[in-house]
Amino acid sequence: MPAIVSIRNLQKTYANGFSALKGVNLDIEEGEILALLGPNGAGKTTMISIICGISMPTGGTVMVGGHDVVRDFRQTRKLIGLVPQELTTDQFETVWNTVSFSRGLHGEKANPKLIEQILKDLSLWDKRDNKLRELSGGMKRRVLIAKALAHEPRILFLDEPTAGVDVELRRGMWAAIDRLREGGVTVILTTHYIEEAEEMADRIGVISGGELLLVEEKRALMQKLGRKQLRLELKSPLSALPPSLEALQLTLSEDGWALTHEYGNGAGEARIGAVLAAMESEGLTISDISTHQSSLEDIFVSLVGDRA
Amino acid sequence: MNWEAIKSIYLFEMARMKRTLLQSVISPVITTSLYFIVFGTAIGTRIQEVNGVSYGAFITPGLIMLTLLGQCISNGAIGIYFPKFTGTIYEILSAPVSMTEVVIGYVGAAASKGIIIGLIILATASFFVDLSIQHPVMMLVFMVLTAITFSMAGFIIGIWADNFEQLNLVPMLVVPPLTFLGGSFYSIDMLPPFWQTVSHFNPVLYLVSGFRWSFYGIADVNPVISLVMIAVFLTICLSLLFWIFRTGYRLRK
Repeated sequence: MPAIVSIRNLQKTYANGFSALKGVNLDIEEGEILALLGPNGAGKTTMISIICGISMPTGGTVMVGGHDVVRDFRQTRKLIGLVPQELTTDQFETVWNTVSFSRGLHGEKANPKLIEQILKDLSLWDKRDNKLRELSGGMKRRVLIAKALAHEPRILFLDEPTAGVDVELRRGMWAAIDRLREGGVTVILTTHYIEEAEEMADRIGVISGGELLLVEEKRALMQKLGRKQLRLELKSPLSALPPSLEALQLTLSEDGWALTHEYGNGAGEARIGAVLAAMESEGLTISDISTHQSSLEDIFVSLVGDRA
Repeated sequence: MNWEAIKSIYLFEMARMKRTLLQSVISPVITTSLYFIVFGTAIGTRIQEVNGVSYGAFITPGLIMLTLLGQCISNGAIGIYFPKFTGTIYEILSAPVSMTEVVIGYVGAAASKGIIIGLIILATASFFVDLSIQHPVMMLVFMVLTAITFSMAGFIIGIWADNFEQLNLVPMLVVPPLTFLGGSFYSIDMLPPFWQTVSHFNPVLYLVSGFRWSFYGIADVNPVISLVMIAVFLTICLSLLFWIFRTGYRLRK
């Protein structure tokens, strides 16, 4: 399937010489959910701004649905819906008016039925006549999503959609995004919450310092970089690792109260049976066992940290 | 052309006026009525006719221009400044609209408001003074051209302004002196020759004079020159806008 968004050597250097994007290449498949992870100032928002037309690139190209975002901006911007990071709303407008305005602005004829459906899907229907300033932060965020969906885009950009949103609302928003994906909408979201990327995304891209460090299928990424750890708490502390256990990828904690066995991806195969048997024969009593899988967060920190 | 978008921006802006009815319509009407009561009725009766027109009637075109200019500049400026200030401009910038369409929407709405208020003041004036309009079509032409030109000037100010003080600088500090000294309340024939020459550098003189000509057939400068001057201002605003769009000045980073 051809990519719906195709980014080639995208660069953005500001007048003051600051380089926000240093030649990014990325293909986004139709229908996928792509999460862009990166620390503050990594270039996530800059990249989205260029694709959506808010900012102009200083080098490279972005094609959306086969059209260039600068030259054929009318075609590309019709395909795109944008939910910005900041809660920017017309405080004095009503929910209904501001969402309808967004549809008109994109050149679409009024369609009250559709707007009604969008508002209902986002649990905003009973707030349709409220002014935006009367709404809570979470509701405003959903209004911004409704605005972005009002012209039936095929690609939705969500710039930190759940920043400052409580857990329950965040779950609700994830469910809403899931429904969009079922409707065939391609979703690109940036986030600080690794949990969010882990929960929702098909693929994950990591941006840092204006460069795309990697883009991978979420599962492949976790497998490739993820490690598992078996931790064995001891009944009584050891002063040193017995020689028979040394060959089994085991390390002794500093206080001597626990042994850890690392396995998976570069750490070697799991040898849990052998570890347990060896401990048995050494006469070591285990008081507790736990396993830990490195999360996307650990992967992310090690990736970005390596470069810093 | 994305007509649907132009319509959306236009109606959105007009709805804003409806929301702020007191501020945008009632307030200029009250202000102008006060002018009529003080200058037209109270003091005006003691002032002799100017070029055969009663003083109250003489100042009416100038008062309409005063309000029209101020309103068009303010509305044109705030229309684009407000989204910039709140951040909602992101939506305009990421929508499939060209800047020409954005200008038609915003400037069209600002000019419409100005014209509506101008006509309301005209109607109000008819309660205080005897009005005659000798060239009604030309009156509308002057009004519409002036409204469009100065709404564009307002739009440019709105894009340029970084804070509310800059936003109000021109409508508050530049427009009133120019209007007061541009022959709104007197004919420049009454001035010493030196000040007559100075007055010719005041753009508002041409607007007021041409507009007054459409009412009473009397003018400080030839009405054709007035029209030409409005065309010049319009061209200057269009050129500035063209430059802004080409460079993305203060809009697209």
